[in-house]
Amino acid sequence: MSDTNLKVRVIPCLDVKDGRIVKGVNFVDLVDAGDPVEAAGAYDAAGADELCFLDITASTENRGTLLDLVRRTAERCFMPLTVGGGVRTAEDVRTLLRAGADKASFNTAAVANPDVVGEAASRFGAQCIVVAIDAKRVADGRWEIFTHGGTRPTEIDAVAFAKDMEKRGAGEILLTSMDRDGTRDGYDLALTRAVADAVGIPVIASGGVGTIDHLVAGVKEGHASAVLAASVFHFGVFSVGEAKARMAEAGIPVRL
Amino acid sequence: MTTVIVDYQSGNLHSAEKSFVRMAAETGSGRVIVSSDPEAVLAADRIVLPGVGAFADCRNGLMAVPGLFEAIRRRVIDEEAPFLGICVGSQMMASVGTEDGETPGFGWIPGRVVRIKPGSGGIKVPHMGWNALELRATHPVLEGIEPGDHAYFVHSYHVVPEHEEHLLATVQHGGPVTAVIGRDNIVGTQFHPEKSQATGLRLIANFLRWRP
Repeated sequence: MSDTNLKVRVIPCLDVKDGRIVKGVNFVDLVDAGDPVEAAGAYDAAGADELCFLDITASTENRGTLLDLVRRTAERCFMPLTVGGGVRTAEDVRTLLRAGADKASFNTAAVANPDVVGEAASRFGAQCIVVAIDAKRVADGRWEIFTHGGTRPTEIDAVAFAKDMEKRGAGEILLTSMDRDGTRDGYDLALTRAVADAVGIPVIASGGVGTIDHLVAGVKEGHASAVLAASVFHFGVFSVGEAKARMAEAGIPVRL
Repeated sequence: MTTVIVDYQSGNLHSAEKSFVRMAAETGSGRVIVSSDPEAVLAADRIVLPGVGAFADCRNGLMAVPGLFEAIRRRVIDEEAPFLGICVGSQMMASVGTEDGETPGFGWIPGRVVRIKPGSGGIKVPHMGWNALELRATHPVLEGIEPGDHAYFVHSYHVVPEHEEHLLATVQHGGPVTAVIGRDNIVGTQFHPEKSQATGLRLIANFLRWRP
């Protein structure tokens, strides 16, 4: 991170279902943890660098609920907001941006139809196109992409896919280890580093945070540009402020 | 007093509108409207031009609204109304954009819009996130903003002004990256004040109070 004053971002992620916050442990056992707009306001005040909403309902009927949520959040929080889940077309991106999201995140759709990433990037700019990659370790130094909430293997190599997405115009990679998600055992650092070192766009580490040291390791060992966590923040294991203070002590540039 | 945020279908104006409405109320700066109507621009006391996406798309979108750019030009250049460009809205003040081929800008700030060079040592492009401002000049719009205050950036291109005096603030990202440009009654921020929490709201309030 030489020659830049850009700070490492700390991003709380709100998993949202039917307009309420949930956090899955390995994507099952959902626990209701409150109102997303309230939580967004609290994270804004706490110094979070960005927010991420992940709509795990992702059903067409409930899309209006999500858009309303995005709209109400953008009215209250003057900070960047990424929204993922159910983003399938460039038109979906447009709808989210119009509602007040700053970035939209493709997941399964980018695997099924990679061209949509290029189309959306050329219409709205790479800066607002995030590609979420859910990867599982399949061998030493090899990770495969899984779709549909981590249930469906694709035999696509995660690192090669990330490079392809960058070429097509993605502005950022949100990288989740399916092995670690919900475990609180820490990020898959080898996976994070393999992807972060392979692409020239920012990589957000995700999946498995249990301690602040995991955030530090995600940056120092994983080479992530940003660190994302959900339940540790929602359930108050530590605060955004505590995380940033410790990261700063560890020599990581953060916005205090 | 009226501030118009120019809408030419370039993405999300929701946060911009809310942040300007809030700071207009706090500073007693009248009303804020979002409009693509040239008449509204001609009647406005202050003009804000946002812009996200690619340079050429923004410019083409703006020029596609009949009479809109001419209204902006007349108010800002002929009649010297205070003007704030945000992100690509700021980049368009330059002479030429170089994203997907060369596209002319407004030519208000001589200079080119060029891609940030991704370097070694963890320099990633897009330049995305919070960076610490370096102030190159004092300016009423930057009042109360200290060197090292953070602003939120998300972009791959930036304006390189021909004249040093048009460069008001920079950040470091593989070399100096333009953060704020301006001259006379016009300023532009590469970062998003509407997304930059307290620092951004302060800049917006300063702009609403600014009497160049």
